[in-house]
Amino acid sequence: MFRLKTPISDDAIAEISIGDVLFLDGIVVTARDLAHKLIVEEGKECPINLNGLAIFHAGPIVRKYNNEWFITSIGPTTSYRMEPYEYEFIKRTGVKLIIGKGFMGDKTAKACKDFKAIVALYPGGCGAITSLSIKEVIGVYWLELGVPEALWVLKVKELGPLIVTIDGKGNNLRNYVMNNVNRLKDKITKEICNHVSTLL
Amino acid sequence: MISINLLNVMKEFIKIVVTSLPSDVMNALEKVCENEESVAKYVCDYMLKNVYFASRTHRPLCQDTGILMFFIKTNIKSPHIGDLKEVIIEAVRELSREGILRPNSIDPFTNINTGDNTGRYVPWIEWDLGNDNVTEITLYVAGGGSSLPARALVVPPIRGLYELVRLVLDTVGTYGLNACPPLIVGVGIGATLEVASTLSKKALLRPIGVRNSNPKVAELERLLLSKLNSLGIGPQGLTGKTFVLDVHIEYGFRHPATFAIAVSLSCWALRRGTLVLYPNGKAYVKTHGVKLEGV
Repeated sequence: MFRLKTPISDDAIAEISIGDVLFLDGIVVTARDLAHKLIVEEGKECPINLNGLAIFHAGPIVRKYNNEWFITSIGPTTSYRMEPYEYEFIKRTGVKLIIGKGFMGDKTAKACKDFKAIVALYPGGCGAITSLSIKEVIGVYWLELGVPEALWVLKVKELGPLIVTIDGKGNNLRNYVMNNVNRLKDKITKEICNHVSTLL
Repeated sequence: MISINLLNVMKEFIKIVVTSLPSDVMNALEKVCENEESVAKYVCDYMLKNVYFASRTHRPLCQDTGILMFFIKTNIKSPHIGDLKEVIIEAVRELSREGILRPNSIDPFTNINTGDNTGRYVPWIEWDLGNDNVTEITLYVAGGGSSLPARALVVPPIRGLYELVRLVLDTVGTYGLNACPPLIVGVGIGATLEVASTLSKKALLRPIGVRNSNPKVAELERLLLSKLNSLGIGPQGLTGKTFVLDVHIEYGFRHPATFAIAVSLSCWALRRGTLVLYPNGKAYVKTHGVKLEGV
């Protein structure tokens, strides 16, 4: 198990490989569909310098109390939706750790290799318990995009388990899982179809 | 006019559904934890820990409280029938304000979030009028991650069942990985696209482990379940034994020229519940065994 702290240096992630389990301390910023589109496609400047930090593909449930924001529940959203933008996003922002749900594709893996970054999945559907790792809501940008799409700047302690799916060498855990699926899928489909004939 | 009492009952009911899991899902998940190994087991244990924490602290167990879908069975003489729609919408609004529901309702043309989970066809409310003297309200929370891969199409009838098998394997095998497995797979068959789609969603409402009453359909369910799991994708795609918790098929009769098929998925955090309203004003969440008005 690895313990990472922001700002994350290239050295800090050099020894981390796919399948490793991490916990994060420091600053994480939520960014999902619209934030990626605005920064990559429309060239908008990110209101916070992400160099060396972590982003979280996530949209929280929040509550405002005495002018202070609190996170009731927060967890990852499907990272694959950000696949078309992530190469450019990593290149422009210098972000070092991308946390999300599920897996990302070849373009993101290439960005991780080219710019030294890693991608990790956080178990989905664990929003309640994750709120324990959020120590402070430091700020929020682009709230006009709605609560889920806004950039929430969070101070976290022991955020995890984060399972590394793409490492700094560009290895992608998704390929190991899906190669097996692609090898089996047609055979299995045929087997079920043969059985279906006997059902009729 | 909104009956204040019914509004409180509705709010409590929605809160129970988004902060806990029905017992069938819980039991299935506990079994997965016993059977998995290494990272998959570690992650499943963490998921289970989150469910306990959420119900203990009354926090939404997943931050994506989804699009709320209500399936109401009632009769035209029910004392609640005139108020229910208004009560549901008000309950959803208040819970959004109270930080129990994440604002998830967005205008597709402006991208503006209404902020309170209401809007055109949101929440979704479906009515089924019959003769029972109780009213049953089933709530299903449709999260984004598992709603995204859903598919439906109409195929020529001769190839119907084979196309169905292909659609299930393609949809679940290719996209299920990112939809928060272990998944529950709902399959619908009907004469037209929307019938198949609706039935695929209703298939998710059937308790885990309960088979279709038609033995042939039940056999196909079992077969799809074991074959999907043999893909080895496992919990959260981290490889392992359980990629799918169950496969449910619901079917309607087809037209001579059509065979409509649909696949809906639910993530492992299948949040659904059924509230029963009795004519005397008592209320009971039967899926969770919670009395709301001292039945």
